[in-house]
Amino acid sequence: MSESISPDETVDSRGAACPGPLMDLIGKIQDAEPGTVIELQTSDSGSKGDVPEWVDEAGHELLDTVERDDYWSIYVEKTD
Amino acid sequence: MTERIVIVGGGTGGTVLANRLSERLEPELDSGEVEVVLINDGEKQYYKPAYLYVPFDKKDVSDATKPITDLLPRDVQFRVDRVESVDTDRKQVTLASGGGLAYDQLVLATGANLAPDNVPGLAEGGHHFYGPDGAEALKEELAEFREGHLVLSVIGVPHMCPAAPVEFTLMADDWLRKRGLREDVEITYTYPIQRPHGLQSIADWVTPIFEERDVNVKTFFNVESVDPDAQRLETMEGKELDYDLLVGIPPHEGSDLIKEAGLGDSGWVDVDQHTMEAEHAEDVYAIGDAADVPTSKAGSVAHYEAGTVADRIATRIRGGVPTATFDGKTVCFIETGMDEATFVSFEYGSEPTMREPSKPIHWAKLGYNESYWLTARGLI
Repeated sequence: MSESISPDETVDSRGAACPGPLMDLIGKIQDAEPGTVIELQTSDSGSKGDVPEWVDEAGHELLDTVERDDYWSIYVEKTD
Repeated sequence: MTERIVIVGGGTGGTVLANRLSERLEPELDSGEVEVVLINDGEKQYYKPAYLYVPFDKKDVSDATKPITDLLPRDVQFRVDRVESVDTDRKQVTLASGGGLAYDQLVLATGANLAPDNVPGLAEGGHHFYGPDGAEALKEELAEFREGHLVLSVIGVPHMCPAAPVEFTLMADDWLRKRGLREDVEITYTYPIQRPHGLQSIADWVTPIFEERDVNVKTFFNVESVDPDAQRLETMEGKELDYDLLVGIPPHEGSDLIKEAGLGDSGWVDVDQHTMEAEHAEDVYAIGDAADVPTSKAGSVAHYEAGTVADRIATRIRGGVPTATFDGKTVCFIETGMDEATFVSFEYGSEPTMREPSKPIHWAKLGYNESYWLTARGLI
């Protein structure tokens, strides 16, 4: 169940236009320790595609994408 | 009792706002009911778009500087000082020269700061054109650069003037062609996300132009460190890229002042994107690069935001209900070579329509650069 994911860090990028949410996530991952689970909150629908694509490119793990009332939560775990 | 409006920052946003307030509140300023104080940590304003031309020896950094006193009306007080803290509960700012200054309305126009030291090796290994010293140093490097790999890497997003890296790359390509050196120089442009510009329409427009002009493009390229000795970029995605001349757009930061005042965790002021009013304090506004709004960090944005805030403050001081709003309007010229340009305009939520580059638009840009100081004085 996606609701069971407990992120270590949350990045609230709601209201930001593309590529703001992805850049916010990249900035957070840069400073995080491996194993950290980050929840990216975004109201930009384009991020649903952009973020997983970058996560794959950078070799991190996409845990889940959850649609909320007016935004999405994208959960990512930083790898080594 | 005098109503005091304090503006922090003497860049485009600060001086346009001061001029617009002077226009709108002339009777109140004359009678002493209102005073406007602009505080800046130096005596001069710098027109940063001119730095784009410095590396190609088309402008001098001194062309881009004017004393702020030349840009302000007489009824605006100007103080050279540094605001060290903002107390939004007590409604006062603390000055480096000592003491506090109370405000009734506060506008933060503190801009964005370059932070090359956030990327190990970048300051030693890279050049940029986002400041006077950087632009001059790059001019010297380019003058001697006759062969090898020129890499333009957008390292920090958001950054001032989002179109400038594209402009620099296209200008460098044309400049090298005109000097007969292009065949001996490989050019690579890198960008952090999956396309070469944040705005989809600009990315779609520039992709075939880069292809036609033999510019390599690398996307999803987030520079983690620079090795100045090996002349190599290393990215978060595990990529490496060797360079002979690196032009790196450095990360930008907001202000610690903003973080410490609780106005925005990231150093940019959290504001309502239409009113420019701070979300975490009363009677505080932010304009220009300091404001966290979903549009470009560009002078035109600061200009239009300043007009909105001037209207809102003037209406409020006269006891009315402010109705002026900012719709995200952004206007940017984009140089596509040494003698052609295009321009874009757009608002929140809209994409610009791209136009065919032409010489007249390039001349219009050069003309605007010369007349910029009329903008800073609130005249256009």
